[in-house]
Amino acid sequence: MDILFQAVDVLARWDVLLALLVGSIGGVAIGAIPGVGPAVAIAILLPATFSMDPIVGLTVLLGIYGSSMYGGAIPAILINTPGTAVNALTTYDGFPMTLRGEGRRALSLAYSASFFGGVFSVICLIALSPLLAKVAPMFGSREIFLAALLGILLVVVAHRGQMLVAGALAAFGIFLSTVGLEPVKYTRRYTFEQTWLASGFDLIVVVLGLFAISQAFLLLTMDDEKVRIAKSRGSLFQGFRELFRHPRVVTVSASFGVIMGMIPGVGEFTAQFMSYTSARKLSKTPDAFGHGSSEGLIASETANNAVPGAAMIPLLALGIPGEALTAMMLSVFYVHNVVPGPGLFAFQMDFVVALYLALLILNVLVVVFLLISTGWLVYLTKIPNRFLGMCILLLSFVGVYSIRNSAVDCTVAAAFGFLGYILKRLNMPIVPIVLGMVLGGIMEVKLRAAMTRVNTPWDFIDRPIAFILFAIILIILISTAWRVRREWRAVDRRTPAKKASARFSRRLAGRYGRHFDDRLKIQRRKRRYDHMGS
Amino acid sequence: MSDDTDIQPTTRIAGQVIFVGAALALSAFLLTQIGRQTIWAEGESFAAQPRFWPGVSLAIMLAGFGLHLWRMKRRRPNRLDREEMMRWVEPLEFMIWFMVFVFAVPIVGFLPMSIAFAIALTWRLGYRRRSMLVLAAVFAVAVVILFKGFLGVRIPGAALYELLPAGPRSFFLQYL
Repeated sequence: MDILFQAVDVLARWDVLLALLVGSIGGVAIGAIPGVGPAVAIAILLPATFSMDPIVGLTVLLGIYGSSMYGGAIPAILINTPGTAVNALTTYDGFPMTLRGEGRRALSLAYSASFFGGVFSVICLIALSPLLAKVAPMFGSREIFLAALLGILLVVVAHRGQMLVAGALAAFGIFLSTVGLEPVKYTRRYTFEQTWLASGFDLIVVVLGLFAISQAFLLLTMDDEKVRIAKSRGSLFQGFRELFRHPRVVTVSASFGVIMGMIPGVGEFTAQFMSYTSARKLSKTPDAFGHGSSEGLIASETANNAVPGAAMIPLLALGIPGEALTAMMLSVFYVHNVVPGPGLFAFQMDFVVALYLALLILNVLVVVFLLISTGWLVYLTKIPNRFLGMCILLLSFVGVYSIRNSAVDCTVAAAFGFLGYILKRLNMPIVPIVLGMVLGGIMEVKLRAAMTRVNTPWDFIDRPIAFILFAIILIILISTAWRVRREWRAVDRRTPAKKASARFSRRLAGRYGRHFDDRLKIQRRKRRYDHMGS
Repeated sequence: MSDDTDIQPTTRIAGQVIFVGAALALSAFLLTQIGRQTIWAEGESFAAQPRFWPGVSLAIMLAGFGLHLWRMKRRRPNRLDREEMMRWVEPLEFMIWFMVFVFAVPIVGFLPMSIAFAIALTWRLGYRRRSMLVLAAVFAVAVVILFKGFLGVRIPGAALYELLPAGPRSFFLQYL
């Protein structure tokens, strides 16, 4: 109870309350603008938060992280364009509801589901705190190394269909973290005798380039889209009543969000796809999914909003970020000499509880703000793409230049922006680079520290948590190898004309009569996301 | 929504072979430099070697990009790749805009340069209506006031501000 009062004391400051307000309102607005997203906003704001108190800076960033998905539902439902990448599934059921004239009902459902997901994850975080406080000190160097390795492995495995590229890009991130002076003998690594490379690549500069500047380039080279907002009827409050008619969907989806959020490298996408699939299996009307099902909308919105709270668990307890946004937040901790990990729970529990409370208050603030302002937030979706690109480019300058007033940093950020632009054009993932960069540094330090106390390979996993983590890594490796082997197919390098000719001859032969029907069915079922908004 | 392909992103085919090929060549080049760019420290354990992590990461990069290239359906660049490459050239213009902005700020000043940059780029992007140009200028002023004025981010005053009279000079140097 004392800790709770101390936490309230930490929060009861005008600058923290202002940060909560700015973070929540700013996050909703950023989420409502398709093409910006929380990653861009957090990357731009990171350097500005370095001059603030850790709690103030983190509250702003947490506010943007937690509330952007609320805002992202608005364009997803009303104009069929997800505001943030993780609102992609919301379009499947939200937009058909809008077309039926039930836009306000869909928005209301999305807000209430998001609120439930957000609050549920914070409650889980609070409930798990005593356990985390007990377990976190059991994590020594080797356990943290193994957890970081697990995080990298999971982020690679999560990119199904792109695992090789995701692995190579994660390794590129690890390589970037090694450039510059190494911490053992203080020799230079891959500096090519260039003084500007001696201090290595700054994480913030790379992040700003890969997320913000690349997004600006993408928007600047895009065409503007005409946005038509359909009229809708209904009350913005009805969803809160309707939510309680689907208790099973809500709790299952929120649980998926929490579990997936806790696992490093997995994140919102997997959480919402799993909750959506399970909601459809549990539903009495599975055919309505994808055609304006309220259960589908609830499942996707609950799951993605349950992730931010849960994603703080590995960050706070172990100092291991699970995805790009928490990786950026880690730098705020480091700048202020607050080292997340077991020590944080042991010595600064009031700070941890204050963050939980901030998340809780944030969810209430966001819902109140949305109920008041949805009417005009809709107009944010009308900002032209290229104009938005100009705005992001200007803001990116502030972000990069304010770190060290260095033109070299700006050049490096622009180069990474160009790389990010190509990756986004090719629909290749960017997140593995950032996670590789953050976790690579952690792995190097922790492995070196761990190996000083290890005589035989068995010593490395002779502690229970280390053994469990090693076993999980092994299971993931074996199951992935098994899946790849099962799905292995020789690459078909025939030209499209030759393939069409072969298909046509099969059709003429009359043997695969249902060939075209099956193919159409598969095409209808396939729905994919891209990394454009990530 | 039932099969596994639902959460499977698809990589764009056009341009892929060029990117992966270039990434593979870069990985191979960096790996060949490992002897020159890193040292082997005598008496240190394997994990503490300065060469260890660059070596591991570059080996994974080489294997990852190499295997991806090997598994690609089309490994010979064609017209589609060239067209995609032309799209990659497009942002270079905005990169130049950005760099000009970066080098001009210490001379001209954050506020004047931001306004000029926002208006000029908005004009270049094809928004010629007065309302859009005014909006761009307002946005630039808002950014400067918010970040330099209120949040106090570190962007140094410009050389041009030194020409101002003493009173406004210190205000401009500190807040704009």
